[in-house]
Amino acid sequence: MTTLPIESQKTAQIRFQLNGEETDVSFASYKTLLEVLREDLGHTGTKHGCELGECGACAVLLDGKPVLSCLVLALECGGRQVLTVEGLGEDGNLHPLQDAFADLGAAQCGYCTPAILVTAKALLDQNPHPTRDQIREAISGNLCRCTGYLQIFEAVEAAVLKIAEQKHTIT
Amino acid sequence: MPDEKDSRKIPVDAPKTNGDELRVIGVPRRRVDARAKVTGQTRFADDIFLPRMSHCKLLRSPHPHARIRKIDASRAASHPGVYLVLTGKDVPIQYGILPVSQDEQALCVDRVRHVGDPVAAVIAREELTAFEALDLIDVDYEILTTISDPEEALATPEPRIHEYGEEGNIHKLVALEFGNVEEGFAEADEIFEDTFFFQGNTHLPIEQHASVAIKDPEGKLTIWSSTQTPHYVHRALAKVLEMPAAHIRVIATPNGGGFGGKSDPFNHEIVVAKAALMLDRPVKICLTREEVFYCHRGRHPVLMKFKTGVKKDGAITGMHLQTLIDGGAYGSYGVASTFYAGALQTTTYHIPRYRYQGCRTFTNKPPCGPKRGHGTPQPRFGQEVQLDKIAERLKIDPADLRLRIVESSNAVTANFFRLGTVNLAECIRRVVKVSDWKAKFRKLPEGRGVGLACSAYLTGAGLPIYWNKMPHSGVQLKFDRSGGVSIFCGATEIGQGSDDVLAGIVAEVLGIDTFDIRLFTGDTDLGPVDLGSYSSRVTLMAGNAALQAAERGKTIIAEAVAEKLEVPKERLRFADKRVFDSAAPEKGVTFQEAVCLAEARSGTIGTVGSYTPPKSPALYKGGGVGPSPTYSYSAAVVEVEVNPVTGWVTVPKIWIAHDIGRALNPTLVRGQVEGSVYMGLGEALMEEQEFRRLPKKLSHALVHKFPSILEYKSPTSLDMPEVFTELIEEPDPRGPFGAKEVGQGPLLPIMPAVANAVYDAVGVRIDEIPVTPEKIMKALAEKKAGRDPRYGPTHFPHVNWPEALRVPPPWEGGDGNAVNDAPRRQKSRQEKEKALAP
Repeated sequence: MTTLPIESQKTAQIRFQLNGEETDVSFASYKTLLEVLREDLGHTGTKHGCELGECGACAVLLDGKPVLSCLVLALECGGRQVLTVEGLGEDGNLHPLQDAFADLGAAQCGYCTPAILVTAKALLDQNPHPTRDQIREAISGNLCRCTGYLQIFEAVEAAVLKIAEQKHTIT
Repeated sequence: MPDEKDSRKIPVDAPKTNGDELRVIGVPRRRVDARAKVTGQTRFADDIFLPRMSHCKLLRSPHPHARIRKIDASRAASHPGVYLVLTGKDVPIQYGILPVSQDEQALCVDRVRHVGDPVAAVIAREELTAFEALDLIDVDYEILTTISDPEEALATPEPRIHEYGEEGNIHKLVALEFGNVEEGFAEADEIFEDTFFFQGNTHLPIEQHASVAIKDPEGKLTIWSSTQTPHYVHRALAKVLEMPAAHIRVIATPNGGGFGGKSDPFNHEIVVAKAALMLDRPVKICLTREEVFYCHRGRHPVLMKFKTGVKKDGAITGMHLQTLIDGGAYGSYGVASTFYAGALQTTTYHIPRYRYQGCRTFTNKPPCGPKRGHGTPQPRFGQEVQLDKIAERLKIDPADLRLRIVESSNAVTANFFRLGTVNLAECIRRVVKVSDWKAKFRKLPEGRGVGLACSAYLTGAGLPIYWNKMPHSGVQLKFDRSGGVSIFCGATEIGQGSDDVLAGIVAEVLGIDTFDIRLFTGDTDLGPVDLGSYSSRVTLMAGNAALQAAERGKTIIAEAVAEKLEVPKERLRFADKRVFDSAAPEKGVTFQEAVCLAEARSGTIGTVGSYTPPKSPALYKGGGVGPSPTYSYSAAVVEVEVNPVTGWVTVPKIWIAHDIGRALNPTLVRGQVEGSVYMGLGEALMEEQEFRRLPKKLSHALVHKFPSILEYKSPTSLDMPEVFTELIEEPDPRGPFGAKEVGQGPLLPIMPAVANAVYDAVGVRIDEIPVTPEKIMKALAEKKAGRDPRYGPTHFPHVNWPEALRVPPPWEGGDGNAVNDAPRRQKSRQEKEKALAP
């Protein structure tokens, strides 16, 4: 019997929470979280621009913290929680960050957008009222070649207000 | 979808109007494709996964210049999991973006011309297998002399990198003279001679180029690709694959950033297409970041010399520009770039006599091509910095000097470009006011400074790449009984918002919402041709085509509704998804009812629109590069802080005014302005495509210094200054609803404004881009030593220029022809235009 190409040898297996759903996946053991998300789980919302940890386009949240999924082995993710852009919205509604990005021109080509959205979410989860400088700092590892970042800052600030309003309405 | 309705900027239940004012155009709106982008559902080329899909990898040359003696791919071909290995002989037909530079091969046959030139392709079941098999291909190279820069190219005619071009390693020479420049210099009170250098840089789109090709069930070819120009990919594939173009479908997937870097037909597109046809299974390629650097087609490094004569009051009496352009290893758009480098100098200020000499050489580096501003940012930098020097010597404020000499609307320039609306003066006045220029210029404390610069840019190239009489853009509309409208157009969404431009225009005319429209764009099978997302042409050209198609549809519908309501059709208005009597707005039908009435009356409703630019008055050879239906104008003030110990430049604020004509969607327009400012700032301060030679004991090869994002520095969110954007809106009748371009123009003034601001801050001239701390420190040392406080090139090498084509400007009775080009004068306009096309 001939040996399968290495990529087809899906000998590694993990169970983890992907966007809140218990998920089992088998994959070639050397694969990164980025590759497993895109190639083995069909979650193509997460993008890539270098596969070397330089551009930030592949950021996802691992246990709530932004990581570059091109630098994380999928094998490290067993039992952990991963959030991608596909898991941002709730009940068919966009997350306030998504709404604000859409309305305020924060997504031009949209390629860096998924990573910036989840990175911004991690910021707001930790610090619901960040200053402009804190927003700058938080997304400084995510390169965007289209916008010049300003409309992204504004969108994050708009989302902050919207989230605060929603909380106010609920309580 | 409740989430969209809640946040849309157009109130759906706004008070009913009489339908006369604009409701979509000019209103800041969520773009039509925004939801897809913020949910990660925009399908980029690498997001396409198909059953039985195989993967392609390219073996690239490690040598900058070598002859291929032999390729042995047998070990790779028998590697488990490998389906196919292709080499140059499988796809030998030459292609290229310009008809005059068909100098590329999808896989090199007998010669490699830069590190990264592809020589073989492996297609395998898995990407990793394909990658492994590259190591099993044996290539026997004979190393050739490397040519590293244009001066070396001029001095080294042999070996030739290409067997075509002017002579030796000179690809293209241009010499044009509009009026007697020497007479102009004789009339001048002062003559200024300055040399400048603009280093090359690259687009760095975050999306790496990717393509997926299939042989479809009918045996035809379909390819999805991250391209800005599906029409030209279509042409190149038909040529190289020797297939009927009608059997090829090119689908431009939304580009994850283009900036000009995805405007050429690429070798990897041809390779996967060939492989898919041979294997009868889908083939995908996605380039690595390193490979994206090798694709390049970025900003040409340009050495330039400006000689400008001025009167004491600042009036320019003549200008002579020489450029030496580093083209890299292939033609790409280079012939056009060489003309562009000399074309637009005359569009901002009145220059009565102008001479341009341009020389593009081949070098053994990745080919240069069009990057945002194509060919014009480099000379614009030189011109605007020299103007700053002129203002200082004449003791005139640089803003006032420019205001004295700005060109006027509808002028025909010395080189026969007909300008549209020109609101450069208003741009200057606006930035001077909002930046508080008068209180800052030469008045800020040492280490802080402000600089001002201006620019102009085309709103679409006036001539197509392949000369023909057909429109540059076409739009088809389908009106559905549901009240929905579908737009079909070849225009390509690269993030700039071309889909939203089309939807906004159609929605405005028909009185519907942009979200009631479906778009089918960038697909050579589905929509009529649009030439592509380059030269800032889409808003004006596809926009005008959409406007025409929408107006035609409106007419058909209005006739039916007029009959039904028994109202003269001139009185009908289309607004708020209704068609109604403007004299009695309550009397009307819904848009859906209106479409049904029209379909019942006239049959299925579909309309078309198209756009062809007006003819240019420039009839001389080379006059095809630069004419445009109209030009945008920008003025910028940049504030800098320069650390005198480290030379580090910080930019806290930038003010920019842009003459847009009309902002169709102000949210997106602001995004284009700020994005241009950002990219210009990157070019001004840090971005450079540098090369170095490996040590002699290694191969002495010329290699990229920075083929990675980590080393190729671009501004992050921490580097971005505050930007104050002012839009000057005087609708230009040539644009749809008066719109002009915005995607490229606002980048151009940033680099010279930064250099001028550094001079204001610390009194040193950095006549070279990028303006790095190292250069500032060197210039500060010169200043301290009492020498010329400047960093920049000091000489321009000798070039064997041909005799210039002499074209008398309009004010000397010129008719757009060259007087010393007798055979050409006899030709008909059609023949001339054929030769005009770059």
